[in-house]
Amino acid sequence: MEQPQPPFRILPRVNERNRHFWTGGERGELCFLRCRSCGTYIHPPTPICPSDHAKDLAPEAVSGRATIASFTINHQPWMPGPELPYVVAIVEIEEDPTVRLTTNIVGCKPSEVYVGMPVEVVFERHGDAEGDVWIPLFRPRGNGK
Amino acid sequence: MSDVYILGTDMIKFGRFPDKNVADLGAEAALLALDDAGVSIQDIEALWCGNLMEAGAMVGQRILQQIGQTGIPVVNCANACATGATAFRDAWLSIKAGVYDLVLAVGVEQMGKGLLGGPGGRSGIPKEGLLGSGTMPAVFAEAGMEHARKYGTTFAQFAKVSVKNHHHSTMNPKAMYQLETPLEMVMNAEMISYPNTKLMCSVNVDGAAAAVLASEKKAKELGLKRAVRVRASVLTSDPFTERDLVMPDVNTCTRNAAKKAYEMAGVGPEDVNLVELHDCFATAEILHYENLGLCKDGEAGRMIDEGEVALGGRVPVNCSGGLLSKGHPLGATGIANIYEVSTHLRGEAGKRQVEGARIGLTHVIGLGSACAIHVLEKVS
Repeated sequence: MEQPQPPFRILPRVNERNRHFWTGGERGELCFLRCRSCGTYIHPPTPICPSDHAKDLAPEAVSGRATIASFTINHQPWMPGPELPYVVAIVEIEEDPTVRLTTNIVGCKPSEVYVGMPVEVVFERHGDAEGDVWIPLFRPRGNGK
Repeated sequence: MSDVYILGTDMIKFGRFPDKNVADLGAEAALLALDDAGVSIQDIEALWCGNLMEAGAMVGQRILQQIGQTGIPVVNCANACATGATAFRDAWLSIKAGVYDLVLAVGVEQMGKGLLGGPGGRSGIPKEGLLGSGTMPAVFAEAGMEHARKYGTTFAQFAKVSVKNHHHSTMNPKAMYQLETPLEMVMNAEMISYPNTKLMCSVNVDGAAAAVLASEKKAKELGLKRAVRVRASVLTSDPFTERDLVMPDVNTCTRNAAKKAYEMAGVGPEDVNLVELHDCFATAEILHYENLGLCKDGEAGRMIDEGEVALGGRVPVNCSGGLLSKGHPLGATGIANIYEVSTHLRGEAGKRQVEGARIGLTHVIGLGSACAIHVLEKVS
């Protein structure tokens, strides 16, 4: 699901190592680098596995389901961005709760967000001269309560 | 005290990598050096990381975040253009001190294009702005003109340094440029600060280089076949001289370091088969032939005229292409020099190989000042 008019964001620089993460949304997939030798999901991407130091790594899609581990509600316009107030959250992915990413929670009121809330990925597409990127955001899953 | 050996060393091709960051580049070089040594990050006991532009940003730790957070001690160091060599030297010291047996040194820099130097500190006599003389091209041009005044060194002789180093780098696939620059082209290039034209100024590039250092015990255990022995490691700062307290003295700290390095190594300049020296500007290279004792004072112009410092000459200088053509990523330069000399001592330098090289010398100078010299020797 894409929002018709996404807010201003400072976009990531896409390179060969992180392309799967920033463009997986084109296929609706949340992708992480995974170690083929020990199975560790790696985020952010590194050239060798941080767990067993193997070098055979490949991107792999996960379910996109996650749980909120922590969050804050930002009330100040530090820079141009989403409409205030908005939620900055850290979520744990379902496949491996040690894999966390920082994101925004959308699709509900900030006051409805709680630690432990089940969420699912939704992508916000941004046009860019060097190629579009799909920012992974999260919204309440199921009835969210 | 144990001898110290270089077991593995490598560098990335110097260039401009806007889609990567400093840690990415450093991690690449570190992995290459580990592979070259045939060891893993798990074997490494400590890391020294040289980087200047992000000196406050924990570059060494960020490299380990990419190649393996084994929890080892990390030291981030900055020492102007001697940054990489200082990281290498402190890694060397740790083995000399008997604390570690296997350590890693990484030098890395990401540079913008354009001019280095400028206003400088707020105290003392302001140079740039008031006199327009505090930039790097100006400092090294003035030092070259002083040599010209004393010995009659010509614009063409300074320019020939750049012709030679650009020629050398046509044989170095890891150099920024592989481009011949004939004398007329060098002399007719845009004038930056007389007598240094644009082609006589080092190239600001991104780069990284790394080395794995081992104690004698560890080196024997892992195999000495391609090992390089560190015969001397010297670092100096500039001593008080009466000559000129306004402009940096680019000569004395090199002369002091060279004297100490030859003493420590037990060799003289006549024993050295190749040199990688700090040609940040073409004028600087001429000065350093004499500062390093490669010739007598006043003979540097003759050395470049007669091809003694070119590949095939008596003592080839900057076979890599030097800072003028390989490029000068400040924090990486010191270790890249060590990689170049080691590669010749191992007999692996391909088309630019100095045949039969047994002893090589590396030199860097950072204005401010810091001079580092290493004397390296082939083992087997």
